[in-house]
Formats: sequence, C-alpha cells, structure tokens
Amino acid sequence: MNKKSASLWKSFRIGILILAALIVYAYGFQVTKVNLGEFRKESRQESRVRVMRALARPDIFAYQQVETTVVVPLYIPCPAEIPQNTLTDQSQPYLILTPACGKPGEEIKVEGFNFPPNLKGPLYFVPSSDPADKLALQKGNIQADSQGHFVFSFKLPDRLSDQVQYLRVIVRQNVGLPHFSATAIETWNKIIETIFLALLATTIGTLFSIPISFFAARNLMKDVKSSVTQIALSLLGWPFGVFGGLILARWMGEINSLIRANIFFSIGLTAGCALAAYGLLRYAFFHRSGNSSFGWRLIVPQFAQMIAVLLTVQSFFLISQLGIPAGMAIATHLGKMAFLGNFITQLSDLMLTSLPAVLAIGGGAVLGSLFGNLGRKLNERLSIHALKVVDFLLAMLAGALLCLIIAAVIGWLYEIPNLGRFYLIASGLGAILGAVLAGLTKPRQPLPVGLAIYTITRTVLNAVRSIEALIMAIVAVIWVGIGPFAGVLALGLHTIASLAKLYSEQVESISPGPLEAVMATGATRLQTIVYAVIPQIIPPYISFTMYRWDINVRMSTIIGFAGGGGIGFLLIQNINLLNYRAASTQMLAIAIVVAAMDYFSSWMREKYV
Amino acid sequence: MLTVTNLTKIYPGGVLALDRVSFAVPDGQFLAVIGLSGSGKSTLLRCINRLIEPTDGQIIWNEIDITSASEEELRTIRRKIGMVFQHFNLVHRSKVLTNVLAGRLGYINPAWSLINHFPKEDVQKAFRQMDRVGIADKAYQRADELSGGQQQRVGIARALMQDPQLILADEPVASLDPVLAHSIMKILQEINKEDKVTVICSLHFLDLVHRYADRVVALKEGQLVFEGLPEEIDDRKFKEIYGKDAERVG
Repeated sequence: MNKKSASLWKSFRIGILILAALIVYAYGFQVTKVNLGEFRKESRQESRVRVMRALARPDIFAYQQVETTVVVPLYIPCPAEIPQNTLTDQSQPYLILTPACGKPGEEIKVEGFNFPPNLKGPLYFVPSSDPADKLALQKGNIQADSQGHFVFSFKLPDRLSDQVQYLRVIVRQNVGLPHFSATAIETWNKIIETIFLALLATTIGTLFSIPISFFAARNLMKDVKSSVTQIALSLLGWPFGVFGGLILARWMGEINSLIRANIFFSIGLTAGCALAAYGLLRYAFFHRSGNSSFGWRLIVPQFAQMIAVLLTVQSFFLISQLGIPAGMAIATHLGKMAFLGNFITQLSDLMLTSLPAVLAIGGGAVLGSLFGNLGRKLNERLSIHALKVVDFLLAMLAGALLCLIIAAVIGWLYEIPNLGRFYLIASGLGAILGAVLAGLTKPRQPLPVGLAIYTITRTVLNAVRSIEALIMAIVAVIWVGIGPFAGVLALGLHTIASLAKLYSEQVESISPGPLEAVMATGATRLQTIVYAVIPQIIPPYISFTMYRWDINVRMSTIIGFAGGGGIGFLLIQNINLLNYRAASTQMLAIAIVVAAMDYFSSWMREKYV
Repeated sequence: MLTVTNLTKIYPGGVLALDRVSFAVPDGQFLAVIGLSGSGKSTLLRCINRLIEPTDGQIIWNEIDITSASEEELRTIRRKIGMVFQHFNLVHRSKVLTNVLAGRLGYINPAWSLINHFPKEDVQKAFRQMDRVGIADKAYQRADELSGGQQQRVGIARALMQDPQLILADEPVASLDPVLAHSIMKILQEINKEDKVTVICSLHFLDLVHRYADRVVALKEGQLVFEGLPEEIDDRKFKEIYGKDAERVG
C-alpha cells in the first residue's frame, strides 16, 4: 500500500518535472524568438543563397581584364527617318537591334555578334545622346555562346526623346595569369598586423603576469606573516619612497636636459655612467663575501651599491634620451628598414616614460622594506608594553595615511568639493581603523599579510579577467585612438589577468619538496623562488604562454570590431558593406592563421617542454 | 650540543604530533630516531630547523635559542644545519651542479645568486663534494636523469655545501633498496666520524640503527618512549615502541 502510493508520488513528481521543463523551454523559445516561418521565407532564402555563394568564392585572385564596350543607337519613339546604320567592321563585336526603334513598352530583340565567346556581361540602356554617358540603366546580363553570339530581348523603357539614345554592352575578358586581388593584398597586410598585435599583447602580458602570479599563489604567500609594527612602518615607508622616487626621476631628467647639448659628450657620459655603475657593482658585491667585521667594510659596499644603482638609472635616462633622436636619424637613412629606427625611437620613448614609474615603485619598495626591517628590529628590542604603545601610534598613522591616499583617489574621481574636510574625515577613520587593528592584536603576533595580498591580487585579477578584451578595446580606443596599438593594450591587459591566474595555479601545484629543501639551506624567500619554484614552473609557463598567443591571435581577429586594429577592422567593414566575397577572404585568412598557430604551438610545446 | 625541551607540536586541526619531547644530543653524535610512520619523527626533525613551527617548547643549539630566533637569525642558523630528505627533494629540471650549489644560498650574496652566479670557490667546493659522494661525473646532467641512490648523493652533497655542524636526515634510505641504503648510510657515517658533524637520522630498519647509530630515541604517538643505546632495544622494548603485533624483520 505504502509502496504503491510512493511510486504514484514518484510518477507525479516526474510528471511535474517534465511539465516544468516544458514551460522553461517554451519560455526560452518565446524569449529567443524562434521563428521558422522567417527562415522559410522566399526573400530570406534568396539572400541566404546569395551570401553563401559569395562566401564560397573568396576574393583572392584577380585577372588583368580587357574591357570591350559595344554601343548601338536606339530611338524611342521611331523618328521620321532613321539615319542609315553605318555598319561597322564585321570582324569586331557589334550589335543589331530588331527593330531599331519603337514605342515604350514594345519588345525589341538585341543580337550580338563576334563577342568574346562564353562571356557574361551587363547590358545598359543609355538615356543620352552621348554613347559614353556615365548614367546608364542596367537592363540585364547577356551571355555569349561559344561562337560569341547572343540574343537578348527586353521591353523599351518609357524614355521618350527626340534624340538618339543608346544600348551599351560591356564584356570583360581575363587576360594573362591570375594575380592576387586588392582584397587579398589588403587581407595579407592586416593578418600580419594581427599576428604581431597578438605577439606584442602576449609579450606584455607575460612580462607583467609572471611577477603577479607569485603574489596570487597561495602556497608562496601563506607563510608570509608580519607583526603590526612591521606592517604599519612598511605602509608608512611606501608612499614616501614612491614620492622620493618621483622626485629623483625629475632631478635626473633635469640633469639630462642640461647636458644634452653635445651629442658626443652625451654618448661619452652614458658610457662612463654605465661603466662606473658596473665597476661599483662588482666592487660592492665581491667585497661583501669577504665577511669582515669592520664597520666601514660593511658600509662602504652598501654605499657603493646605492651609487651604482643611481648611476645605472642615470645611464638608462641618458640612453633613452639619446635613443629618440638616434632612432629618428637612423630611420631617415634606412629607407624600407625605417621601422628599425622607429622601433629604437619608440623603445627609448617607452623607457623614458616608464623610468619615473620604475623609480617610484623601486623607491617605494626600498623604503617600505627598510621601514619594515626597522619594525622588525623594534619588535625584537622593545618591551611588550612599549611595543603596545608604539604599535598603537604606528597603526593609527599608517591607517590614516592609507585612508588619505584612498580618499585622494576618490576625491579626484568624484570631484568632491570641500576636500579639506573630506580628507580630515577619511584620515580620522583610518586612524580609528588602525587603532582597532592594533588593539585587537597582541604585540609581535604575526598577521597573515601574505594571505591578504593573495586575496587582493586574486580579486583584482578576477575583476579584470571578467571584462572581455573587446570591451577593453573600446576603452583603449579612447586612450590611444583607433588602431592596432589600442588592440595591443586591450589584449595585453586581458592577457595579464588570465595568464597570472593560470600561472599562479601552476605555482600552487608545484611539488613542495624542493621548496622545503632550499629553504632549509638558509635561503631567502626570493632565492627560494628562483631556485626551487622557477625551475619547476618553466615548462607550464612556456606552454601557457604559447596557448595564450594562440588565443590572442583569435581574439585579435575580432578586436578590430571595436576599432582595435588587425584584420577584424577589415572584416566588419566588409560585412557592413555587404561585400561578402572580401569578408570570406578575411575569414579564410583567419582560419589559416589560427590553424597554423595551433600546429606551431603544439610543435613548440613538444620540442621545448 | 643540541637540547630539546618539552617540544610540542599541535597541527591546525588538533593533531598532536609531538607531545613534550625532551632529549639532548652531544656534538658529534650519530642519533637515530625510530618509531612507526606517523609517530612524529619527521615533525621532530623539521621542528629543529623550524621548517615546521613548534607550538611549544624550546630548542637550544650551541647556546642559541632556535625557537625564538627571528627570521634573519633563523637563516644563519639554518645554513649551519644540513638536511637530507626521504624523497631527495631535488629540483628535477635543474642540473646536478645547480642542485648542489643551492646548498650555498645561505652564504652568498642574494643579488648574485638571483642571476645564478656563484663564486669560483663555491663551484670548486661543489665539485669536491660531488667527488666525495661519487657523482662528480654527473655534474651537468639533469637531476631527474639520475637513479635514486645517485639522487640521494646529490642531496647529501647539497647538505655538505652548507659546511654543516648538524645534519638532519629524514628517513634518507627509506626509498632505496637495501644495498644502496648501506652505501648512503656509510656516507653519512663517514661525514659523522671524519668531519665530526652531528647527525640526527630517522630510520625504519633496526639493523641500520644497530649498525650506524651511537644512540637511539624512539617516538610513539608523539611521545618519547625510549632513549638509550641501540643494543638496549630488546624484544620487550621493541614491542613497546612498535606495538604488540609488530614482528622484527632484518
């Protein structure tokens, strides 16, 4: 009894489920407007056939064409006297009308002789007394037979005129060997652009995502812990370091503009700077391993290192400033290879633009870690009570500073009026947050900074990755204008986010044994990464980079839809112009390149991974 | 002298891996640590160089408190403690030479090491150590091309590069066949006797303990259940350490 009702209930439930599924799909059909009637319509079928046939004949090859134009006079209506048809040379193509005149709507027969055999061509009615008039109405297509003869009949149009009018037939004959059509050449240029666009985007993406991937790897970050003192001091150090770096960059730039007067002097100075930096670096590092306890022997190399780093930066400044005019000068002399000179110019410009940023980040990192070390020393030296007070003060300061920076960004973005008060509120809030943090933690208690950085990195990466490259391209177009460079930026940014994620997952899956072993030798965290992590992740990194290049080639074919350059630009243009044969050429090119990339990348992987 | 006092480790999740373990190791001794799998041998060894952070207790080595050392101090302590692992823990894709040189990382300038540059003396030293453990001809091969016994020799050479005063060997022969096991143990013994390096070695087979160890500590469920000479482990003691149903093999 019980069993029976259970099975009844079961079938009822299944029935309900099926009904629910039906409703879901019914609504789906409604929403997506499934309409087979439209699909079957005559007009749809026609255009379908037309487009498919056009797509099947990509516009790749073209012939040199010889055009044959034949005209014959036509009178509507018949004049009193038909001028004698001066019959032309019978060996040339000619047309005969029967009758040679008539009323509108009357059917006349057009016969053509001596035309190139088996050719098609349009037949025009020229409503003008000038047989070469541009204005002509196409009345149909003629098709010559193997003897070069055709018959075509049509109704005379309603174009009364006392003047002579004409019928014109144009046939085009292919001569010589086929050559690439203009579309094919254009497609070739754009597909090359596409491949390099993808290459650049992948390179940029790889360069940035490798360091980021370490921050997004849980197994590397989970052991990074520091105390409140350390975090607070480090946070305080960063902004000052960034500021210092920027100021330093400006000074160096100014020094350079002063000494740019003489090119030989500049070259000499650059070489001098570089050599001095190299020498100092060698000195600094080889004397460190001497391991003597004299104070000056420890301080002098440190000092030398600092000077060496500054000299290196200075020589980078000099090189980049030399590079811009040098590249331009080379470009004017190289002719076809001018792009090499342009490359030098652009690279130098890039270096000059990014040096202040590098200096700022470097300054921030140096000061941040110096302050952090100070924090660690304080942790070791101070008593618990003193540390508690110091922690409170530092945490409040750091919190206030951090919130002030965030407030400055918000203030700028939303154009907040009355900034002073806003900043005051923000820094107050930050100070309170810092105090709360300091109050909640014990002094010397290690906080999981690594995990915090990991979470932030992951969140940012996920957010960036969720924005499609196509949308990024729209933004990039606003930044740098329509063209492939916008595409490089958009794809590059997207590549950073996705590669960093893929890479970090590889880092997370490495075998922990070597990590442990290298750490046990007393290596620093950075050394552990270089000796135990990097060798393990090189093969997957190469393979992912290749895969990403592959994806980027595919992506860059459509990035042009949004103005990001590459072949997509051409493709969308031709689709919009209903030029399906050209569009077909571009689709074919994309297919070939994507397939070739696939083979190439799998070959590379097999060979090097 | 290494003194371990009341060493306790509770893993997150509440597993008590070490329960107030105390013992001392004089300099130059070959100490064997025995016990069943999961008795806390690996945890004990890793607590000594703080690859695993102990929950409680104290480890004093040559008057330095390892347990309270800062990160910077810990690095200088670790570089004097070599470690040999059951699964060798070599970087497979790197050359044998690079794996051996990694033992110097605690000594050399970090900046140079990042671009894989080692001082000439260190490279020569690496070749001497490889020669000593009998793998000098393999220096430029990839580590994973070597057999198990050879890989463990690389592991020992790496530990020797640290000029260690103490070697922690975590079941160094557990994944090797008996013949290779003896050759590896002989190398460790030689290092112990000739270089006067203290060795703390966890082992599975009692015959190895009898043959190579000066002294034995036994762990059972995280507690120290025996401390003494290898000869003192009779059948009764054996059952105490390994449980009632255990049979002696080898």
